Amino acid sequence: MRPEFTLPSSSSSSSADRRLNALVRHLATASMVSQTAVAFSPTSGFHGDSVFSHVVRAPEDPILGVTVAYNKDPSPVKLNLGVGAYRTEEGKPLVLNVVRKAEQMLLNDKSRVKEYLPIVGIAEFNKLSAKLIFGADSPAIRENRVTTVQCLSGTGSLRVGAEFLARHYHQKTIYIPQPTWGNHPKVFTLAGLSVKTYRYYDPTTRGMNFQGLLEDLGSAPSGSIVLLHACAHNPTGVDPTLQQWEQIRQLMRSKALLPFFDSAYQGFASGNLDEDAQSIRMFVADGGECFVAQSYAKNMGLYGERVGALSVVCRAADVASKVESQLKLVIRPMFSNPPIHGASIVATILKDSNMFNEWTIELKAMADRIISMRKQLFDALHARGTPGDWSHIIKQIGMFTFTGLNSKQVEFMTREYHIYMTSDGRISMAGLSSKTVPHLADAIHAAVTRMS
Amino acid sequence: MEYLKPMEPTRIPSNGDSLFQDITLAPDIPIYATTAAYNKDPCPNKLHLGIGVYRTEEGKCHTLNVVKQVEQTLANDLSADKEYLPITGMPEFNKLSAKLMFGSGSPAIKESRVVTVQCVSGCLSLRVGAEFLAKHYHQHVVYLPGPTYGNHPNLISAAGLTLKTYRYYDPKTLVLDFQGLLEDLGSALSGAIVLFHACGHNPTGVDPTCQQWEQIRQLVRQRGLLPFFDCAYQGLVSGNLDDDAQSIRMFGCDGGECVVAQSYSKNMGLYGERIGSLSIVCKTADVARRVESQLKLIIRPLYSNPPIHGAAIVTAILKDRDLYQKWTNELKAMRDRLVQVRRQLYDSLCNKGTPGDWSHFIKQVGMYSFTGLNKDQVDFLTREYHIYMSSDGRINIGGLSSKAVPYFADAIHDAVISSLPSSTLA
Repeated sequence: MRPEFTLPSSSSSSSADRRLNALVRHLATASMVSQTAVAFSPTSGFHGDSVFSHVVRAPEDPILGVTVAYNKDPSPVKLNLGVGAYRTEEGKPLVLNVVRKAEQMLLNDKSRVKEYLPIVGIAEFNKLSAKLIFGADSPAIRENRVTTVQCLSGTGSLRVGAEFLARHYHQKTIYIPQPTWGNHPKVFTLAGLSVKTYRYYDPTTRGMNFQGLLEDLGSAPSGSIVLLHACAHNPTGVDPTLQQWEQIRQLMRSKALLPFFDSAYQGFASGNLDEDAQSIRMFVADGGECFVAQSYAKNMGLYGERVGALSVVCRAADVASKVESQLKLVIRPMFSNPPIHGASIVATILKDSNMFNEWTIELKAMADRIISMRKQLFDALHARGTPGDWSHIIKQIGMFTFTGLNSKQVEFMTREYHIYMTSDGRISMAGLSSKTVPHLADAIHAAVTRMS
Repeated sequence: MEYLKPMEPTRIPSNGDSLFQDITLAPDIPIYATTAAYNKDPCPNKLHLGIGVYRTEEGKCHTLNVVKQVEQTLANDLSADKEYLPITGMPEFNKLSAKLMFGSGSPAIKESRVVTVQCVSGCLSLRVGAEFLAKHYHQHVVYLPGPTYGNHPNLISAAGLTLKTYRYYDPKTLVLDFQGLLEDLGSALSGAIVLFHACGHNPTGVDPTCQQWEQIRQLVRQRGLLPFFDCAYQGLVSGNLDDDAQSIRMFGCDGGECVVAQSYSKNMGLYGERIGSLSIVCKTADVARRVESQLKLIIRPLYSNPPIHGAAIVTAILKDRDLYQKWTNELKAMRDRLVQVRRQLYDSLCNKGTPGDWSHFIKQVGMYSFTGLNKDQVDFLTREYHIYMSSDGRINIGGLSSKAVPYFADAIHDAVISSLPSSTLA
């Protein structure tokens, strides 16, 4: 009887595979001995269609898909302004010197092992991350009212926080700004929360729709969760002023809305770590509670190492302990315990004052280069007499600029000038260099004058 | 940008309770509670046979030499960057991992019917696989072997799937309850998902034989059940990577479909680097492509893309002939130590004349052994001998050194004798 299934060809298989082939052929022809012998007969399931034949092809992720398209393009003048990853003036990815130094130190430390971390990650990393975001003198930290757990970068921190809230918080709705990072909605809905939006960006002014924001948060049901970008709003680059933050804080506290901060650009917005944490620190200073998802992807250039932390600031220390114990129950059936490498690099840098200083200098240099790109692009458009007000390019903050270009104009720029960006007109300033600014300015000029 | 001058913040009403006041303090996860208790214990003879981590003969944590070598090379490579990996991880890592598990001659790989995505360790591979099945597979019931790895139920039910069990281990005979297994899978819901441990069953150390695997395979295919393998000990069971993958390869090369979660935590000692993969073997290449696109939709809102470091280490080792050889040598040495300790423990108990049949120690395979001790006896071991293990009687053979075997054997002997009814004592 011919075996019903194909076997690995013996010419390329291991000796174990050849033994397996022999066994299978033997079993296929021998009769079954056991009392519960199973007749070797084909079944409809086995010889039928794939059990996944109905699965449809999912579209490419809109942000990451930009890089996919860019990579396919053979043009020598192509520009990738899609993903928010920093590039040097030479257009190259950057590994910070202080990060390389930390890696060498870790390597030379013979006492280091690769054993499982605790569920909540490296204790030192957690403490230092809390200090970094809340400030070394934060009363919440002093009073042990903060629990911080290491997570898989910003995305992972948001997801763990959201799953916790879906399980333990009485309000299952989160309000997210319009627009927001493309991945936010899915992170929250898959965690079990429902998503609503609040007005944020005004396309006519290319600035904040502050009135709309206050109205929408003002009419949100009491206790709702509100997602706030701590600084350098993605994708618009439009941040509230400090006074506006204070108004937001008062409104939210009066309505018992729960703040959930996404902090992915601390130090990258203004170049100063403490300044970029002001919004968060205001909310902590008033004694209330909040969630903070923190990422080291951009500000330490640790993108692919997936380093981040989720902090929950509570009203009391015993609540913080209880929250932490429940966070473990979210993490354990997800990734069990976090990866060691990236967090070790961060802890090494944060705890050493010399390395910390080196880091702040390299960070400021990155932030300054981006600010300089903004100025250059603004000047270039001005020089070309490109119609429109382009001052938002220098007013907006952080890695991204919401150009205000529409999707037709974006398509045009990709087609004619090989410039890649997300279809909402967001460009990553970090992907620009002095050499490539003229090309971008030409493209914008052409798009604006030839396509409306 | 100006700083706001320190001002009196608007205080929350002072009678405002925490929003999380009513949350209960969750108990410590058992295995971590055991470790915490062990750490607190001042006794110099204490033994930690709880958590599944391989230790050397000296009882030390073990980073493989080949891993250290590769890390040095990686750190010195100034051309390497830390850019985001694709959502599905490092492509080369994925290819090499699939080859490692399914064999380089695998027709499924040749026909592009296997989708492999890098995940954050075995745990997240299981979770992502479960989430995919919860979303796209028509049957939401998963049969787990009784017993199984403590975190399996959590991982699978967190994805929204329903759990059932199938008989696996017979506590009376201390071997596989094969009859019960066949009966339970034979009457399982049509199309149900069945979780299998590829080799080195955790916690029992009891694996089906090759012939038994073939019977299981036939039954699974006949009933249209979907096999979901957890492969965390490839190489650590027999010392041979291909042999330990036989169960998977049987299913992978019969033309049918299966899901495989793979971990490099134990066999490359990469525990804390969280490196693993999820593979789905599909009927056609077209289905495999579509499945991959849907896996991305699950991963992106979970952690976006996986960590570089562990994958870079694994890739460097798997693709270089010399490094691969070094790895297999170290792997075999680890496995041989496990076998030797098992033998030593068995011999010690026989020499002591400890009542009972202790041959399961040498029949069981892999990192773990189900001692057969009951909860009271386990408590006795902890209380009297400062030996820490899972309350179900599982010990990590990898945590035992030959120096500690006599002490452990004494403890078992004492526990067994103490729990015998007094009339049976000579």
